[in-house]
Amino acid sequence: MTVTVSMTLNGKKVSADVEERTLLVSLLRDHLRQTGTHVGCDTSQCGACVVHVNDRSVKSCTMLASQVDGADVLTIEGLAKNGELHPMQEAFRDNHGLQCGFCTPGMVMSALDLVANNPDPSEREVREWLEGNLCRCTGYHNIVKSILAGAKAMRKGG
Amino acid sequence: MYNFKYQRASSLDDASKAAAAAEDAEYMAGGMTLIPTMKQRLAQPSDLIDLGGIASLSGIRRDGDALAIGAMTRHAEVASSEEVKSAIPALAALAAHIGDPQVRNRGTLGGSIANADPAADYPAALVGLNATVKTDRREIAADEFFTGLFETALEEHEIITEVRFPIPEKAAYVKFPNPASRYAVVGVMVCQAKDGVRVAVTGAGPSVFRVDAMEKALATKLSPQAVEGIKVPEDGLNTDIHASAEYRAHLVTVMAKRAVAAAIG
Repeated sequence: MTVTVSMTLNGKKVSADVEERTLLVSLLRDHLRQTGTHVGCDTSQCGACVVHVNDRSVKSCTMLASQVDGADVLTIEGLAKNGELHPMQEAFRDNHGLQCGFCTPGMVMSALDLVANNPDPSEREVREWLEGNLCRCTGYHNIVKSILAGAKAMRKGG
Repeated sequence: MYNFKYQRASSLDDASKAAAAAEDAEYMAGGMTLIPTMKQRLAQPSDLIDLGGIASLSGIRRDGDALAIGAMTRHAEVASSEEVKSAIPALAALAAHIGDPQVRNRGTLGGSIANADPAADYPAALVGLNATVKTDRREIAADEFFTGLFETALEEHEIITEVRFPIPEKAAYVKFPNPASRYAVVGVMVCQAKDGVRVAVTGAGPSVFRVDAMEKALATKLSPQAVEGIKVPEDGLNTDIHASAEYRAHLVTVMAKRAVAAAIG
């Protein structure tokens, strides 16, 4: 049993034929070869697989590919424009907001959902928001700094 | 996960017809429990009927002296709703502390109560606030809805459409969250309404329950001191790697005391 899933991925119309049990993260990585979205725990705890579906952050290991048929999906690959990093990505680089980098795509996508609804978050709000994103290098301090700097840059339209 | 046939229902009627025609159908709301359960091959439906496309199941509205919340309303929507925050702030706060932001963006009120996880937060809200569950067939009082461990009064293929929460005079929910999952090790909803005081406990037992002795004491005086001497018996409470029955019984009193303090605060 297969199903055709059509969606807008990072601004482009794409479609793929997948088994109905296919997870969104498998559709992205295995079928569409967008491997920036990572699989960490595969149990909706770690947040390495966070992407946006219709402007809300979700864990793509806990959604079916079929559920995004007709949806607008944004992944880490959709952030940089014309070779320029997104201000939130730039902030992670400037603040050394990553060590091994495995959790980073999920951290950045999660941070952007926070900032979309709360453009000037406090440090406490950032830490609370990161409930669902784990960094096993435990580099949380610089991740929080990065998100605060990224939010500031985005407020300036940077 | 085993394969299945996926169908996205466009209406309630569409969903129940699809379920009736299938060999072994399962409805999916937010999928935050069902998808992990299927990934572990602990569930194997022949057909998965996604309720996510039924617009009429979502939304929050004031309905006289109550709030009516659609079954497919996401936790994040309840948490951020100005309507909920002003009418029943305890309910918005409860929704704001379920799981993590991404779970709250997908998880739904109806899905949570249909699943009836013993450690879920919403059952305490429904029973504590004396809510009514509306389905495609009937209305069920919250006191009759939760019948046991992962068990509810729902019949086969019955669909929850809405939950009606009467607006209380005072209410607060306090939980001792599991440090990893944020599920309630013990969570207590205390509510004072026109028809009396209610104390509903989740996480401690196989299913949500009320504490009669605390309700009586609080009806006399709504103060934390009124409940501090009241212990629930540990018999029948949950014991797992997170907490023993004895510790959970202790937490019921502590959380109830804090909830009363927050409600009158």
